[in-house]
Amino acid sequence: MTPFPFSAIVGQDEMKQAMILTAIDASIGGVLVFGDRGTGKSTAVRALAALLPPIKAIKNCPVNSDKAAGVPNWANLKTKRLHEIPTPVVDLPLGATEDRVTGALDIEKALTKGEKAFQPGLLARANRGYLYIDEVNLLEDHIVDLLLDVAQSGENVVEREGLSIRHPARFVLVGSGNPEEGELRPQLLDRFGLSVEVTSPKEIETRVEVIKRRHAFENDNSAFMLRWQAEDAAIRDRILKARKSLKKLKTPDKTLTDVAELCLALGSDGLRGELTLLKAARAYAAWRDDTALTRAHVRDVAPMALRHRLRRDPLDEAGSSTRVARTVEDVLG
Amino acid sequence: MDSWAQATLALQLLAIDPGLGGITIRARTGPVRDKLLEQIDPSAQRIHPAISDDALFGGLDLSATLASGQLVQERGILDTKGPLILTMAERANTGLAARLAMALDKGNDHVLIALDEGAEPDEALDPKLAERLAFHVDLSEVSVREIVKENLTNTRVGVRRFADVCPTKKCMVQITEIAAQLGITSLRAPLFALRAARAHAALSGRNKIESEDIEIACALTLAHRATRIPEPAPQEPEAPPPEQSDSDNENNNLDIPDELLLDAVRALLPDNLLDQLTAQKARQSRGNGSGAARKGNRRGRPLPSRAGRISDGARIDIISTLRAAAPWQTIRRKAAGKSGLHIRQNDIYIKRFEEKSDRLLIFTVDASGSSALTRLAEAKGAVELLLAQAYARRDHVSLVAFRGTGAELMLPPTRSLVQTKRRLAALPGGGGTPLAAGMMTAFEQALQSRQRGLTPTIAVLTDGRANIALDGTADRKQAATDAQQVGRSLRGQGIDVLVIDTGNRPEPALRNLAQTMDAMYLPLPRADAQQLSKSVANALGD
Repeated sequence: MTPFPFSAIVGQDEMKQAMILTAIDASIGGVLVFGDRGTGKSTAVRALAALLPPIKAIKNCPVNSDKAAGVPNWANLKTKRLHEIPTPVVDLPLGATEDRVTGALDIEKALTKGEKAFQPGLLARANRGYLYIDEVNLLEDHIVDLLLDVAQSGENVVEREGLSIRHPARFVLVGSGNPEEGELRPQLLDRFGLSVEVTSPKEIETRVEVIKRRHAFENDNSAFMLRWQAEDAAIRDRILKARKSLKKLKTPDKTLTDVAELCLALGSDGLRGELTLLKAARAYAAWRDDTALTRAHVRDVAPMALRHRLRRDPLDEAGSSTRVARTVEDVLG
Repeated sequence: MDSWAQATLALQLLAIDPGLGGITIRARTGPVRDKLLEQIDPSAQRIHPAISDDALFGGLDLSATLASGQLVQERGILDTKGPLILTMAERANTGLAARLAMALDKGNDHVLIALDEGAEPDEALDPKLAERLAFHVDLSEVSVREIVKENLTNTRVGVRRFADVCPTKKCMVQITEIAAQLGITSLRAPLFALRAARAHAALSGRNKIESEDIEIACALTLAHRATRIPEPAPQEPEAPPPEQSDSDNENNNLDIPDELLLDAVRALLPDNLLDQLTAQKARQSRGNGSGAARKGNRRGRPLPSRAGRISDGARIDIISTLRAAAPWQTIRRKAAGKSGLHIRQNDIYIKRFEEKSDRLLIFTVDASGSSALTRLAEAKGAVELLLAQAYARRDHVSLVAFRGTGAELMLPPTRSLVQTKRRLAALPGGGGTPLAAGMMTAFEQALQSRQRGLTPTIAVLTDGRANIALDGTADRKQAATDAQQVGRSLRGQGIDVLVIDTGNRPEPALRNLAQTMDAMYLPLPRADAQQLSKSVANALGD
C-alpha cells in the first residue's frame, strides 16, 4: 500500500517543516520526533520517502553507491550501470539483532556453497538515505552504541566470524518516541540535527479533518492520492529549487554573531548546536525563497535546532522548549 | 451488552473489516476462552512471545537446506493471510510488539487476536500494540454457564456491503467529540470507532450508519481507552442501558444528542478505570529494562558454547560446530556417497554470553509526620541529586513512599527522570511511620525487578521511629518487630540495602535494623542534600 501523502497530514507544521529542512540539506542531520501515540509520527516519517527526490545509484549496489569505484568488492557486481532509485528510507525495528543492523556472515551461502560471503545489513541499505527508528528511546543500549559509532565515522566496520568488511554508511537518522517511556542518552540526542515535539490536535474541527482525510485515503484511495500526490510533487519541486538556491545564499556576519550569542546564552554543549542552527536557518531561508539570511530565520528554527541540546537540569520544571523560547526572546529580541 | 456479547460482536466486526487491526482478549485459559476462539477462522496462525524472526518473516529452513544441499526458504507467518493469534500476549516483549505493530501498520489485512493472560493489572499487552488493536474485552468475569449460543449473523453479506457504507460528516464529528470527551488523545481511536460503526451497519444490513451503530462502535472501541470519566448528564446521572435509545428514534436517526451516545459508552466504562489507569502508567514506564535476560547469545562475557538451533540472533560457534561434526565425517561421506563437509542440525553449536544486568535503585522514603517536619525536603533534594547520577549511569530508579498506615509504590522502575521528579515533587508528608510496610513494598519491588533481570539495591531514608505495624495498627513494639522481620527476609534474599538515618540524632534501633539486614548504615544528622548524595554515591562504590 502506498503511504499516506505527506501534504495531507493535518497540522503538525513544525514536524513537517523539520523534515523538509533535512530534505533540503541532509547535512543538518536527522529529525527526532517526540510525542504521544497516535499523533501521526510514524505516518509523517513513512510519507517522507515519497517527498524525497530520487538519487542516482549503481544498479544492485548494496550500499547505493553513485560511482562504480564505490561499489564494494564483496558485492560481486559484474555490470555497473547507473540508474535512478528512490531515496532509501530504511526501518530499523526495535529489537533488531546486531546481525541485521550491521550485516553478518551469509549463512545461506556458507552452508550451501561453502563460501564466506557477507550479507549486508540495514546500515548498508540506509547509505545515502534515511534510517528510521520508531520508539528510538526503547532501543537497546548496544544497538545505540553501534549507531553512534557508525553515525560518527560514516563507515560500518564488521570484524567477526572471520569477516573483515567495511563499507560507507552515511545516513540521516529519523527517530520517534514517547518521552514518557524513557529518555534518550545525550550522546544520541546530539546526533539528531533537529527535534520536534508533537501533540495531538486539541480542536474538534482539526481532529475531524484528520478522520475525514484518513477515511478518504482508505476508501477512495485513487481520487485521494491524485489530489494529494500533486501537492507532494509541488513540495518536492520546491525542495529541489531550495537545494539550488541554498548554494547561492550568503550568510551575513551579523547572523553568525546572532547564532553564536544564542547558543552561548543557552549553554548548549559543543559547537554542533551553532552549526546545525546555521544550516537549518539557511535551509529555511532557501525554502522560503528569501534571498538573504536574516534574524527572523534564525528565530524561527532556533527551537527545533536547539531544544534537545540543553544541559539537563533535574531541578528545572519548565520544559526545554520554553527555555529556548525565553532565551531567543532575550537574545534576539 | 455483557462482555461475552461484546467479544462475539467484535470478532464479527473484525471479520468484516480487517482494517480494525484486532482485539485484545483478557482472560485466563479456560472453557470460556476456548468457546470464543471456536468462532475464529480455523486457518488462524498461532504465534507465541518467543517466536523468532525467521518464523515471523520467513527465512532459511535449516534442516531442509542441510538435508537437500539446496537452499530451502521458509515462508514467514506474516507472509500468509488470515488472522494471527498471539498467545500469552502479556509476555510479548517490546521488540516483538514493535515488529507486529509494524506489520499491522503496513496493512496487509492482518488481524491480530491477542490473548492476554495477565493476572496482575500491570501485566498486559504492550501499549504500543494495544493502541493498534481496535477492541479490548475482558472475559475474566464471565462464567461458562452464562454463555448463550447465539445465532450469529453471517458476516459474508456484511463484507460485501461494507464498502458501500458511507459515513456522513455528522457522524465523524460525533465520534470525534465523544473520543475527546473521554480524554482520548490518540487519533487512532476515533478512526477505529468510525470503522467499527461502518462494519456494524454492514453487519446489520444497512447502507447508512445509524445512531445504534455509533453507540455500539464507541462502546467497543473507546471505552477501554478512556482516560477520564466524562461529566454525567445533569438530568440523568444513572447511565441508561444501551438498548433504551434505539426504540423511539428510528426516524430521526442521527439527531440524538451526543450526551446519549456518551452514556452508552459510560455504561461500559470499567469500574476500576482509575486502577487501570495507574496500571497503564506502570506499564508505560517499563522501558527497555523489561525482561533483560541475564544470559543472552549476543553480547557480554563469553560462556562456553552449547549445542543448539540456529534461531534469531544466535551466533554459530564455528570451531565447536566443526569439532562436533569432525568424528562423523567418514561415516557420513560413506552414507551420503558425496565428498565434502557434512554438517547436520545436531552438530551446530551456538555462542552464549553472559551480560551484566542493569541496576535498579529503589528509594524508600519516609514521608511520615516526624520526618516531614524536619527532613523530607532534604530527602527529596538528595533523591533528586542521586537521580541525576543514576541517569548518568543509566540505572533504573523506583520510588516507594511510606506514611500514615501504609506504603505506596510511587513510581515503578523507570529511567525517566521527568516522571521521577514529578512524582517526587508531589510526595506529601504527614502521619505515622509504617517502616515495615515501606520495606515490604520495596522488597516486593526488588524481587519483581530481579525476575526481569535487574539487580536491585534498596536505599531506605528514614528517621527510624517506626510506630505503625505491618497490619496498620499503631503499636510501637509490634512495628519494630515487624521491621526486623522484613529485614531478615531481605537479608535472606541477598538484596543490597542501604539505610540512611535522617533523624536529628542517630537512632540505635535503626542501626540495629541495618545490622539485621547486613546493610550499610549512614547516620546523617543535619545533613544537606549535597552531602547525603555524596555519601550514598560513595557507599554504592562509584
